[in-house]
Amino acid sequence: MSVHILIPTPLRRFTADEREVVVEAGTVDEALAELVERHPKLKPHLFGDDGQVRSFVNVFVNDDNIRHGDGGGTPVGEGDTVSIIPSIAGGAVADAETEGEGGTEAETEPDATPAWGEDNPVAPLAHLPELEAGELRRYSRHLIMPEVGTRGQRRLKASKVLMVGTGGLGSPLGLYLAAAGVGKLGLVDFDVVDESNLHRQVLFSDADVGRPKTEAAAERLHGINPHIELVPHDTRLDSGNALDLFADYDLVVDGTDNFPTRYLVNDACVLSGKPNVYGSIFRFEGQVSVFWGEQGPCYRCLFPEPPPPGLVPSCAEGGVLGVLPGIIGELQANEVIKLLIGAGEPLLGRLLLFDALRMRFRELKLQKDPNCPVCSENPTQTELIDYQEFCGMGEEPILDLEGWEIEVEELERLRADGDVTLLDVRSPEEYQIARIEDSRLIPLHELADRLGELDTAERLVVYCHHGPRSLRATQLLREMGYEAVNLAGGINAWSERIDPAVPRY
Amino acid sequence: MSDPQPTARRLVLMPRHRLAVETHAAATYPEECCGVLIGRALTDGSGTLVERVLPVDNERQDSRNNRYMIHPETVLAAEKEARRLGLDVVGYYHSHPDHPARPSEFDREHAWPGLSYVIVSVMDGTAEDTRSWRLEDDRSSFGEEELTPMIPVTAADRRADP
Repeated sequence: MSVHILIPTPLRRFTADEREVVVEAGTVDEALAELVERHPKLKPHLFGDDGQVRSFVNVFVNDDNIRHGDGGGTPVGEGDTVSIIPSIAGGAVADAETEGEGGTEAETEPDATPAWGEDNPVAPLAHLPELEAGELRRYSRHLIMPEVGTRGQRRLKASKVLMVGTGGLGSPLGLYLAAAGVGKLGLVDFDVVDESNLHRQVLFSDADVGRPKTEAAAERLHGINPHIELVPHDTRLDSGNALDLFADYDLVVDGTDNFPTRYLVNDACVLSGKPNVYGSIFRFEGQVSVFWGEQGPCYRCLFPEPPPPGLVPSCAEGGVLGVLPGIIGELQANEVIKLLIGAGEPLLGRLLLFDALRMRFRELKLQKDPNCPVCSENPTQTELIDYQEFCGMGEEPILDLEGWEIEVEELERLRADGDVTLLDVRSPEEYQIARIEDSRLIPLHELADRLGELDTAERLVVYCHHGPRSLRATQLLREMGYEAVNLAGGINAWSERIDPAVPRY
Repeated sequence: MSDPQPTARRLVLMPRHRLAVETHAAATYPEECCGVLIGRALTDGSGTLVERVLPVDNERQDSRNNRYMIHPETVLAAEKEARRLGLDVVGYYHSHPDHPARPSEFDREHAWPGLSYVIVSVMDGTAEDTRSWRLEDDRSSFGEEELTPMIPVTAADRRADP
């Protein structure tokens, strides 16, 4: 009798990646014996030294646990499926086991009181600039609060803040820092305003589309507060210019959208001893913290290494709730102002997590990593590096894409020949916005369950918005024996290069 | 994927997932908690990414302060949920109330290689230490794998623009 034994994923390494092994057997015992004879490396994980199936290993014939039937003698018939399912058990170290282990490592409590505060703000200055009559009127609601007062406002006026990024986070940051009277505000961005920016980048108006962001931002912020100095840096921040740029400022705000720049901002801040007010967003979630190597942990203490490229979807791919950068950017602005005037408790050594859908704030405590490569006492990295390479975005592709991808022009030819099935793995919401004609929608997360709807004889071209999700789908389909290729650049490239009638989003 | 894959070296547990695990561990103190980690292998083969944390009930009726159990039926349901998401069950977590976050002999006997076993040490009701372990292929011992957070945030590619 041919019986199909499904191999649990973690054990497939011992069956040469076979998911299913077909054996001839009349009972469960016979089936398992045949299985481990064919794949001996499986044996110790299924059977104990006494030759019995391990107590935590359960065998199901079709949907029934054999423990509730005849155990190993349970008969199996033609076409039956045998599944091997662990029950998961364990527990704390028994008291006897801890003897001699020396207990837990001593926790080192970080110094909770930073050498920063009211008497020692970020930019302590002996001679603070005076406030003019117009400034006294403008900032009066600040001045009447003792926590700010004339001294705090003069400190703001004396302060120099560099904003890296003038997009989603940079918009509220810029608006509030300018309005609050930060004396010098540097704006770094290399991008131009795009229509798809406008749902969240509230610095810009419809008429700004196509303009350099730093130019449009400086103009708008000058309109809000003519008393401050605005310095547009229409350039891409890189390892060559970061330290020079940072040298002119007291504090840096991270409003970047990508890992290489985020690590660059962090490292350059550590090397130049400046605080880094960090914020980041994705879909409905955001994070805020203050990283400051001299006073506490830096970004690298929290995230020593970036995730592999392509793993974390970008905002362009995953989307972002327009109001989210508003909330996160304003939290950053709050931290900036506190640091500049030396008030309150900074978000130092703490990571604030915000979930807009559930409307929850949570806080994680962060510790300085004593082995941090940049901010520890004995750093292994004392200068800026190539951050594209550090983040795995150098020349090396993630996967060997040979034969895995086609360009949109090739798809157009294939469609003319008519022997291709076009599979869309985006969400139904995206499908509503735009689709390539005659494509079939199976969202990526449903794909594994809906493979039956596809025919292995079909030639599949898989697409998403820009390509990464469909690449994942292509990988899955290929593993399952389908002839699938990924559409490079996704529907966006199709719209740009083949059919402009398909809306871009 | 013809060659056997080396034992994964790191487990990516994003801050919110870590928080979920540690909150669960603190909530069930002084009893052990347990749950399922759903995710997938990192594309570069360097480890595992957790994408969902599924807390489940400790199905032991006795000794719940130092033992836990997840029934195979629960494991099956978790696997089904993982498949629905196009993912796999990549490991399990449990807590050690008032004990260090390292696996016991009992843990070793009841483990498989190829999975991550995350253990939270809960001291006096506070989650103090969280570590991840993988069983060696010869079942002789557990090796610790690096537990690393990752940002559930922003862009991995340069096109993006928040």
